[in-house]
Amino acid sequence: MTTTTLAVLVPLLPFLGAAAGLLLGRTAPGFARPLAVLPPLVALALAAVVAVRQGGDQTVNAATELTPTGSVPIELALYIDGFAALVAVLVAFVATCVQIYSTGYLRDDPRYPSYAALVSLFTSAMLLVVYSGDLIVLLVGWEIMGICSYFLVGHYWETPEARAASLKAFLVTKLGDVPFLIGLFALATDAGSFRITKVLDAVAHGGLDHPTLIALLLLAGVAGKSAQFPLHTWLPDAMAGPTPVSALIHAATMVAAGVYFIARLLPVFEASQAAMVVLAVMAAVTMIGSGLAALAQDDIKRVLAYSTIGQLGYMTGALAVGDRGAAVFHLLSHGAFKALLFLAAGVIIHAAGTNSLAAMSRMKDLSARVPDAYWTMTVALLALAAIPPFSGFFSKESVLGAAEHVATGHTEHAPGAAGWITLVAGLLTALLTAAYATRLWLLAFRGRGTEAPDHGRQPLTMTVVLWVLAAPSLALGAFSYRVLPDWFDGRDLTPTLTTSVVGTGVALIGGLVTYAAWRHTSAVTARVPLGAVAAHPEGDAGLVEAEAIATHEPAYGDVAYAPDPADPGRLLLGPLHRHAAVGFHLDALYTALFVRPVQAGATLVRFLDREVVETYVRGAGTLPRWLGTAVRRAQTGNLQTYVSALLAGTVVLAVAVVLVATGA
Amino acid sequence: MTLAQAAHGFLSPTGVEIAFLLVGLVTFGAAIITVTTKQLVHAALWLVVALGGLAVEYLLLTAEFIAWVQVLIYVGSVVVLLLFGLMLTRAPIGRSPDADSGNRWAALVVALAAAAALVWVVVDAFRTTWIDLDGPAAGSTEATGASLFQNWVLPFEALSVLLLAALVGAIVLSRKAKAESSSPPVNSRASTGSSPSVPDSRNHTIGRNGPVAGTESAKGTKSARETDSTEQEGAR
Amino acid sequence: MHLAYPAVLSALLFCTGLYGVLARRNAILVLMSVELMLNAVNLNLVAFDVWLSRAAEETLHSGQALTLFTIAIAAAEIGIGLAIVLAVHRNRGTADIDKLRDTAEGHDPDTSDDDARTAEQAAESGRTGKAEATA
Repeated sequence: MTTTTLAVLVPLLPFLGAAAGLLLGRTAPGFARPLAVLPPLVALALAAVVAVRQGGDQTVNAATELTPTGSVPIELALYIDGFAALVAVLVAFVATCVQIYSTGYLRDDPRYPSYAALVSLFTSAMLLVVYSGDLIVLLVGWEIMGICSYFLVGHYWETPEARAASLKAFLVTKLGDVPFLIGLFALATDAGSFRITKVLDAVAHGGLDHPTLIALLLLAGVAGKSAQFPLHTWLPDAMAGPTPVSALIHAATMVAAGVYFIARLLPVFEASQAAMVVLAVMAAVTMIGSGLAALAQDDIKRVLAYSTIGQLGYMTGALAVGDRGAAVFHLLSHGAFKALLFLAAGVIIHAAGTNSLAAMSRMKDLSARVPDAYWTMTVALLALAAIPPFSGFFSKESVLGAAEHVATGHTEHAPGAAGWITLVAGLLTALLTAAYATRLWLLAFRGRGTEAPDHGRQPLTMTVVLWVLAAPSLALGAFSYRVLPDWFDGRDLTPTLTTSVVGTGVALIGGLVTYAAWRHTSAVTARVPLGAVAAHPEGDAGLVEAEAIATHEPAYGDVAYAPDPADPGRLLLGPLHRHAAVGFHLDALYTALFVRPVQAGATLVRFLDREVVETYVRGAGTLPRWLGTAVRRAQTGNLQTYVSALLAGTVVLAVAVVLVATGA
Repeated sequence: MTLAQAAHGFLSPTGVEIAFLLVGLVTFGAAIITVTTKQLVHAALWLVVALGGLAVEYLLLTAEFIAWVQVLIYVGSVVVLLLFGLMLTRAPIGRSPDADSGNRWAALVVALAAAAALVWVVVDAFRTTWIDLDGPAAGSTEATGASLFQNWVLPFEALSVLLLAALVGAIVLSRKAKAESSSPPVNSRASTGSSPSVPDSRNHTIGRNGPVAGTESAKGTKSARETDSTEQEGAR
Repeated sequence: MHLAYPAVLSALLFCTGLYGVLARRNAILVLMSVELMLNAVNLNLVAFDVWLSRAAEETLHSGQALTLFTIAIAAAEIGIGLAIVLAVHRNRGTADIDKLRDTAEGHDPDTSDDDARTAEQAAESGRTGKAEATA
């Protein structure tokens, strides 16, 4: 088969799997698991073949026009360069892991068939985005992901948190998608085509008339999808979904789509210096804010969610300095270790019966109960904190190196200001990242207190996946930073000495400070009992998680916050802690700025509609009704009355005719 | 005729005119009493006077055949039929206070307006027209018969079909539908043979009084037959 | 003779009949009034026929022929009309025109009750009618 055929099959297989799963889910539940696991697995193999064949040399570029669509043609196009090939492998890999993990995680869930089908559809949509060579086809995948995330985040729709979170995820991403759509149209109008190759050609020849406007409009959509400030608020709340969904959304799909989109159209953004600076500022604010917020979260998954936002900040920072190789490199390594983090967190939540770090810090020997999760999570956290030689180190250093490169003025692709902003924010975030990674590890695995409740052995499907994912988290960076430039633009990804030393040193400082703080506060832990635990020894992990999420707010007063004086993050952040825990009041701000005015407007409109408009309508109805009542009175049923009226009319008419005829 | 206009004024009526006027007054008065009297039977009798007066007017207009037909059919049969109808509907002998409906003032207004309009138009149009009654009678039996059977044969025969249809219709209307309960097989065929009659639907509501209604219907049918035979004679 | 005399008489008779049709309550009286109206028309036909048979050279005596037809049709009409009135009277126990209000707009909630009552009256009257007939 040609590479093109294989590439077409890659998104098609999960889509067919999803369709079959949705159709057969009720009638033949036995097929649900094979239908869920096999298509992503085959797609992974095909994607790997495509990547090997492509080999970074020749861009696969195929297109077919189904039907004429007017002035700007829309084509079913493939555009597979090195980035696309590798990202597709990552997506298929993570999706396969998630599907295998889900078979154990949602073992007893009655809605498993539809869940698995939606995950497959989600994967298919992301693969479509990755491979598509046409912006409208890309948009189709982009929007399918939006609707799938709505359904998947709301999987536990019995809980109000999940309902609210799914709505919020949908609405916030759609808020970004509206300018995104307009930006796409503007871009296609300027370039004369939706084909990515033609758009890039047009950009190379300076054919864009409004580069800044287009870049900023597209940036809004990317901020919504990739959870960048100021549209990031949906991501922490999306933790109300099942853990495998979080892993899928955070590691490979959805949030990666935004970064990948910029990487693909980077020349468009580079055409506008202003857009690059905006991108850099956005990345910096996102990175630092999310690092601070992650340090204050109590829910283990929310910590990871904020860390995702921060790592995406790194990627956008790399894009802001014009180095998409570094961005996609970080995307790949982050995809691996973030998927691992989430899946391991799912195991921990199941074992501990709670998602609260405060409660976990009061449990003895949680690490002994889930050794697989303990070791793999340690690896993943080290990768997250960018400690050499884990994969995160290399990818993050490539970002920092690129930033330094730009900051010192060695390139004309990006403004120097963007370089400085990214570099400083990146280093600061490295410190924060190490701090919250250390905090998470210490609180989760070094707890003191009573024994954790027993939930039995974790299913094999779940633990095996953890080890499978641990391998790339451990070694992807070290082995691939020499090879990847072949696939990418050819720019060197080797860490530079300065940034490596500074970055690692900062990370170590962050870790050590957190450790010191933890030593200081852990004495308090035993004295303050805290926590609520959901114990379902016989239930599957999904049930435990759903209950843990549902009980968090009643037990602690907030989904994100726990009044735990033994939290090292509280000591470190000081007065900032309170604000960081609620995401710096951005939700409250949005509520005040947007939600309330909209609701007030809706109330006003309802009032106008009910009381003003309907009054007219009712008035318009009343008059004919009165007339009708009057006319109805004439309908007496008495024939003589009718005939009287008839003859009277006849006489009047006859007289009138005579008068007219005689000219009187 | 134009020459005659000046010769005949309204202030010098001829004898025929005087007779016509007097008989017309009687006719008109009888008609008014017919439509206003509270005694129903009297109304029918005053109607005889009015119709007879009209017959005289026909004679005065030299239409003798029509005058006799008028006497035969109207006075002889129609009024008799009406009297039968009054009796069959158990009209009270003597004054009935509710002979007029509540509609009478509207009716009066309409009638007066119509009368005013008609009289005005008619007088306006024909105040100078003169009928020459001298010479051979225009409506003699001979003339009428010749005209009828030379020029009007086809409508005449069509009219006979109409009379037949009316006869059948009157029978069907006035006969009571045989109650289905009495003897199903024979009577159901009979009732499907004849067209469904109006009282049919009404019978169900008073079904428990079936036998009584049955005898009543027999009587009604009989009277209808009489009606029709009389009418047939009249038409001839 | 002036044509105005029969014409005016005919108009007056017609309006008298009109008044009767509109104002009388008993259906048979209404039929009588219809006869009056028909006769008014007949008078008109005859009068004009007489006038035209002198005025015009060749006439078909259409006025007189039509009068004859009208009389025959009136006879048929009175037969049918009386049959209808009798049928109504038999079923409703009344020949009053203003009680026959089935086509009235239904703002009268007790119409159906009325119907039932009149039906019972009809049955009753039928019984008494039979008694009279046998007597």
